[in-house]
Amino acid sequence: MATPPNRIAAPGRGAAQNQGFVYLPLIAGWLVPGAGHFLLRKWGRGALISASIFVMFGLGLAMQGKLYSKANDILDLLGLVGDLGNGLLFVVSRALNLGADQVQITTADYGTRFIVVAGLLNVIAAVDAHNIRTGRKSA
Amino acid sequence: MHPSHFTAVLLFALCVSTVFGITMRDTPQRMVRYGAYCFVLFAGSAIVLSWLMFLIAR
Repeated sequence: MATPPNRIAAPGRGAAQNQGFVYLPLIAGWLVPGAGHFLLRKWGRGALISASIFVMFGLGLAMQGKLYSKANDILDLLGLVGDLGNGLLFVVSRALNLGADQVQITTADYGTRFIVVAGLLNVIAAVDAHNIRTGRKSA
Repeated sequence: MHPSHFTAVLLFALCVSTVFGITMRDTPQRMVRYGAYCFVLFAGSAIVLSWLMFLIAR
């Protein structure tokens, strides 16, 4: 059975942590998977998040998954938004012309989903780092 | 790389469960438990749905 969800941190606790640029872990975590947690010295969590997202993205490319570059319809737009969640991984991969242009085999379709989900997970991880930074989530 | 559908499911479940566990819970013990719970649900639902589709297709 699932464990109960997180408790919201007590009021006032976050106020002391709200000094400085609180969005830095969010932005860093989006650009480089796991970087938001590394900035907060959550080395173990950051390493696991980083490994999971890099592995998913790498597997997606290895399966000849497609990297979305333009949005011709709503599904392409959703795929592009998901891909953009990978931050610099997506930008570098596009620059190196990695990924397939068209999905031609079944595993390439799996690969495309792996890449999109890696991006979405990266956004979740970046928001988690932001919540730890602001004190909304207990560290 | 051409993994089978089930191998792809397991790899997907492993990576997603890891991130879900870390981000959705706040203590290491609860993270592990929730990650394992998600992994079992991902893999288990894939197996159950596969058998259902197999039986429907017969």
